[in-house]
Parts: sequence; structure tokens; C-alpha cells
Amino acid sequence: MIQLPITNYQFPFPFPFLKLHYPINSGILEWMQPSLFASVQWTVSTLTKYIRDLLETDLALQDVWVQGEISNLSRPASGHIYFTLRDAGASLRCVLWRTEALHLKRFLQEGLAVEVHGKIGVYEVGGQYQFYADQIRPVGEGVLYQEFLRLKAMLEAEGLFDSQHKRPIPAFPNRIGIVTSPTGAALRDMLTALRRRLPLVEVILAPSLVQGEDAPPKLVEAIHSLNHLQPLPDVILLARGGGSIEDLWAFNDESVVRAVVSSGAPIICGVGHETDFTLCDFAADLRAPTPTAAAELATPTTLSDLSSTLETLDSQLSNRMLDLLSAWRDGLSALKDQLRFFSPTRRIQSDGQRLDDLAHRLAVAQAHRLALEANRLAGSRKRLETLNPLQVLGRGYALVTRRADNVLVSKVAQARDGIRVRVSDGEFDADVTNRKS
Amino acid sequence: MPKSSSQKSVDELTYETAFAELENIVAALENEQSSLDESMKLYERGQALVKRCAAILDKAELKVKQLTGDKLADLEEAE
Repeated sequence: MIQLPITNYQFPFPFPFLKLHYPINSGILEWMQPSLFASVQWTVSTLTKYIRDLLETDLALQDVWVQGEISNLSRPASGHIYFTLRDAGASLRCVLWRTEALHLKRFLQEGLAVEVHGKIGVYEVGGQYQFYADQIRPVGEGVLYQEFLRLKAMLEAEGLFDSQHKRPIPAFPNRIGIVTSPTGAALRDMLTALRRRLPLVEVILAPSLVQGEDAPPKLVEAIHSLNHLQPLPDVILLARGGGSIEDLWAFNDESVVRAVVSSGAPIICGVGHETDFTLCDFAADLRAPTPTAAAELATPTTLSDLSSTLETLDSQLSNRMLDLLSAWRDGLSALKDQLRFFSPTRRIQSDGQRLDDLAHRLAVAQAHRLALEANRLAGSRKRLETLNPLQVLGRGYALVTRRADNVLVSKVAQARDGIRVRVSDGEFDADVTNRKS
Repeated sequence: MPKSSSQKSVDELTYETAFAELENIVAALENEQSSLDESMKLYERGQALVKRCAAILDKAELKVKQLTGDKLADLEEAE
């Protein structure tokens, strides 16, 4: 009996349970000869598992693009998709799990030439090796992608994507330019978003084709014409709804990329879905995942922001005015107090008192004076009486006047014609006789 | 004292200019010593500006135009 040398070989890879059972050192012919005496080393399961591990640890089989035509397409209720990829010489069973199938099932059909990315694995129950697909694209996209990478590298080297070229997006745009298809859902989505967020803005649509060979010059023209507007739009939205890489290809066109870079107004690019990147996305001042997002990024300040800011300012204004008014009122009442303190009323009152005082003194002085005068008058009257010429008549003197002309007779010569003699208790007439002097 | 936009009638002001003037007025009332008369005038102007801004916001309706060549025309939106 031939003793086969058994080599225990440990994989460095995560299969420590695996042992290689064939004799490495023996010649291949010798090994090909089945030994009838050898003991059974395998079960179907361990052998299949061995094969599976062989295939699935080969990195060359784990990241593969393979090209072929779709046939035997089957879409059971599970949501997973099964098909066979074939060419003239061979066929390959393929599985597309439900999660991946959601994105891809729309364009899969019998006979379609596709490029499928995925990895080789083994379905042990069925004893089949098969291809687990995760991405599928129409034939030709690979070429486009290569072109995309080449252009991207070239423009990047030229510095067109440098962040120092990026212009800020204004916080409060008045005028927003839009470059998109006038009939697409993208336009409707953007207008809806703008209407909801900031209906103050003026939107100017520069309609353009957004796919096909004629699209790039139209896109360039639209960007240019918006840049010739007076006043310049505050921001331009360059947008298109989702589609295949070919649909979006115009946004990878070099002339369009250069138009985006040289635009006077900052550009927000919202092309396709979140996962789609175009060269315009890199060239734009801001990249938005979708057209709606582009409109949102263009209006960082919304109408409701403005309303609440205005409300705040309004109440600030009113509160400030109320504060000012109450300060003025306080100042006024302080002044009033001061005014009252220095008021002439007090002066008037005290002056009044003084006046009363003076009046009293005046009255007293007056009375005093009057009494004095009365005394003086009485004295004078007495003296006057003593001087009264008629007073002496009482002592026997007489007052003689001429009857004719009432002249006082104090000289003999004056005594002519009839005279009147006044004595103390009356008068009588007399005739002048016997004058002597 | 803020230049009160050379005292244009508030109805002629855009939202931006009206709002900026309003901000200036509030700042002026807060920081400066002005006479009661001046303060009242500022306040009244401020009130008018608030009204103007609110009216602009209330009436705001997206204006959409289409550029064809050099010409701007109102855009007929497909529903």
C-alpha cells in the first residue's frame, strides 16, 4: 500500500479549517492514478465548500466586469432577478439581489447587451457556480466612463475644479436664472421649491435642451445669455432630472464645463439624482443632489425666516420706543417736580404776606399821622381863633367899613359918607362928623 | 442718525432696502441720543417700513420669465 504523504497546509486567509488533501510532492501522473485503497476524505458538502472557497478567495473573481447578452430573465415574487449572461461560446448564471434590483430592473430585458459588475460565487445547494451582480449598465457606458475620467483628470489638472474659484452663494437672491428644459419635471420641481421658500425672487428661465448631441451648445448659449442680463442674476441653477449616464452626458461636455467655470453669476448644479456626479457638478460653485435641492440651496433664507426676523425687528422697534417714551415721561415728571419747587407761586404767596404786612403798617402809620394832624389842626385852630380880628370885638373894639364900597376904614381920610360899624354881636350904621386927624 | 434712504416714500423701497433702513432705525433708537421729536419721527418711519416689508412678504408671488434670445417674456407654466 502506498502511503500518501499528507501535507497539512494552512491558508493564511480566513479559512483555517481548510486542509489541502492532495500530495504536493508526488508527481502529477502518479497522483492522477486513483488509489482504490485510499479512504474517502470528502463529502459532497465539504468538496463543494472547498470549491466555493477556492473561487471566492480568488480576488480576480471578486471584482469583475463581464459583458454578455441577457437571456432566461426571470423575476420571481421574491424581488430577486435571475438571468443568464451569454455570448457565442459560453453562458454564465447571474443573480441580482432585490436591493440592487430596485435600481436596475427598469431597463433589463431579454437580448440586451450589458456589462455586469459583480463577483463569482457558488450556490452550494444547487451545485452551481454563479455570478452575483451588483451593477448593470448598457454596453458602451464603460467607454463613456473612461472618457469621463479622462476629461475630469484633464480639467482638474487645469485647475477648473479648484475650490478657490468657488464663489459664495448670496444669502438673499433677487434674481435667479435657471438653465434647464422648459418641459421637464426639473423646472416644475425647482419652481415649486422657490415658490414655497422665497416667492420674492424673480426667476428667469433660459430654456435649453438637456440631452442629446445638440444639448451642449444649447446649454452653453443659455448660460451665456443669462450672464448677459442686466442686472446679472444673483445665482444660476443648472439642472436636469435623473436619467442614465448617457442622458446626463451633456453635463460632462467640456464646453459646458468651461461655460460653468467662466459664468459671472455663481452656478448651482443639480443634475440627476443624489448618486449622479457630472463634471458640471465639480465645476459649479455648489453641487446639489437634485434640482429641488438646487433651488433650496439657492434660497438659504426663506420667506418664513424673513417674516420672523421682521416680527423680531418690529417688536424691538416698538419696545425701544416705549422705553424711550417712558424715559422721556420720567424726565418730564422730574422736571415738573423741579419746576414746582422753583415755582413763583411760593414767591407770590410770600410777597402777598409781605404786602399784607405793609398794608397793615401803612394803615397804622396813616392813623397815627391823621391823629397827629388832627391835633395840629386843633392847635392851629386855637391859634387862629386868637388871631381872629373879630375876636377882639368882644373886648370892645369895632370894625368900621364904608357903606358905599365896603372899604375898611383904618384912616380918618377914608371915613367918608356913611359908615358901618361892626361890634361883637352885630353892626349899625353911623354918619361921619367932625373928622380930625 | 441713519440716512433715512434720503426719505424716499416707503412704497418705493425694495424689501432689502426697506429692511436695511429698518435695522438702522432700530439701532439708532437703541444707541443714539436723539430728541423726542426725532425719535418719534424715526419710530413712525420704522413703523411704515415694517408695514412695507410685511406687505411685500404677504403679496410675494414668484415672477417667472423666459429668456428667448435677448427678450424676456412671462413664462406660461404647464400645469
